[in-house]
Amino acid sequence: MKNGNLITKKEGFLARMRFLTDSEGFLGSLFLFPAIAYIVLLVGIPFVLAIAFSLSDITVGNTDLKFAGLENFRRVIQTPEFLQSLKNTFLFTLVSQAITIVLANILAIVLSSDFRGKWIARLLIMLPWATPVALGTVGWLWLLDSKFSPIDWVLRHFDLLGSPDAILGVQNNLYYLGNLELAKASIILVYVWRMLPLSAVILMAGLTSISQDLLDQADVDGASFWRILFQIKLPLILPIMTVAVLFGLLFTFGDMAVVYVLTRGGPVYYTQILPTWAYIKGIESGALGEGAAIALFLFPVLLAAVIIFLRGSQRMEVA
Amino acid sequence: MVIRIIRKLRRTLFYLIVAGFCFFSASPFVWMLITMFKKDIDLYRTGNNPFLFNDPPTLDHIRFLFESTNYVSFLRNSLVVGILVVVITLVIAIPGAYSLARLTGRWGARAGIGIFLVYLIPPTLLFIPLSRVVVSLGLNNTLWALVVVYPTISIPFATWLLMGFFKTIPHDLVEAAMVDGYSRMVSFFKVVMPLSLSGIIAVTVFTFTLTLHEFIYALAFVSSSAQRTISVGVPTELIRGDVFFWQSLMASAALVALPVGIAYNFFLDRLVAGFTLGAVKG
Repeated sequence: MKNGNLITKKEGFLARMRFLTDSEGFLGSLFLFPAIAYIVLLVGIPFVLAIAFSLSDITVGNTDLKFAGLENFRRVIQTPEFLQSLKNTFLFTLVSQAITIVLANILAIVLSSDFRGKWIARLLIMLPWATPVALGTVGWLWLLDSKFSPIDWVLRHFDLLGSPDAILGVQNNLYYLGNLELAKASIILVYVWRMLPLSAVILMAGLTSISQDLLDQADVDGASFWRILFQIKLPLILPIMTVAVLFGLLFTFGDMAVVYVLTRGGPVYYTQILPTWAYIKGIESGALGEGAAIALFLFPVLLAAVIIFLRGSQRMEVA
Repeated sequence: MVIRIIRKLRRTLFYLIVAGFCFFSASPFVWMLITMFKKDIDLYRTGNNPFLFNDPPTLDHIRFLFESTNYVSFLRNSLVVGILVVVITLVIAIPGAYSLARLTGRWGARAGIGIFLVYLIPPTLLFIPLSRVVVSLGLNNTLWALVVVYPTISIPFATWLLMGFFKTIPHDLVEAAMVDGYSRMVSFFKVVMPLSLSGIIAVTVFTFTLTLHEFIYALAFVSSSAQRTISVGVPTELIRGDVFFWQSLMASAALVALPVGIAYNFFLDRLVAGFTLGAVKG
């Protein structure tokens, strides 16, 4: 009897639960809640904390949040590293992504045609994006080694380096990561290497979405390869190219692994970028407030990117 | 005749371009694969052709990597973090994505874009405050810090990607299952989940590789060598000052990078579909 009573109670409860979970609105909120909660707790709150940190004199040793106004920003801006890091962050991102998008267009057109050995070519070309960036960069570190770089060996082999009348100089090595200009160029090169596959596949997706009828029609009308390319294909994939550029910019802008592994900001601080500098200040030296302030300089640019994104997605909804 | 020559020239040019791109992309990996089997005496003689084995190849440095360094711990740590993050991500993102795709109606699309935008916030912006959050949770210097924090990157993207999948499943199927007497919850598991299996597999692969790729959080939150993940352990712990164990270092990178790269490659198209905001069909 006692048992039976329990079952009815349980059944009543289940029926009520079922009534609730069968209602679309309730189940919807129930399903969505954990995702929203997770993001608010571990993205929203830390973001507010980032601003709070930057406005306080917090360090690892003293974690009281005491309001310090714009002191951190003032102190950060006054250092010579700041201007250098800011310039480098933009230089590396903009130059590498400009090169990337040009190469990606060529690569996308090449890879969307059929040829023998296409799958292996595709696999090799995609590897830089698919592998962990820090590990790929370790490969570059050795490829650009100051003494054993195989690039130097090839240059020496063809007498372009290391002989009395060599164009690139009499020294045996070019010191890719020790020479100021070459170090910057090397970092840009690795960013291009890293982002090229992603941009190319995004553009390929755009190219395959162009209607074949349209291309056939252009062909019948006698349009040349270049005319089809510049007057049909490129204008049609322009929205997707924007997406590719935006992702390239965002991922390069927010990355610190490449610079950290290749140069650690050196020689001296001449290849420093905002993310690595924020890490060195905020985590390695424990000046949390200054580190947070440095990282926040990335925010306006990200905000701009997000606004472009939202505009774009709205246009897509309309269309 | 002339046309044939021109055609041949164009073909050659085409293959040269393909070869050029392949060379650029693959060169660090080729260099890793050559280096990891080289003897010291061969590697460190500048006169030697660096692309050839002037002395017979050796497995010594790979053995050293596994026996005398923390490499195996790095691998195990990455595996543990990866699996746990995948589980957390799936448990939270699947219902969230279904809800956004179906249940919450019109503002669902906006919330979906909102969640996707969270994915665009780079870890660089948040790692300093998060390092304190991790400390206050008592998780600093443990793998749990990464297990808790990584879903902030994977959930937004997984939700976005799965949302696209769930949208392609006709709503009538769920209704039909409910008419058959299943509750909405059960019909979700019986009808929707099996149909979205390929999406769930894709999300699993991306989440796992994302945890392998991630660098900043792993560097900032975990500082003891034995707790490092592969991405941070290799460039920080295996490079000691100015003494590089180049062969071991190259082996450590190649042994992870190549299998992961190849596996990831099979799912790339799906990733791109997610990135292009559904603007591209097919």
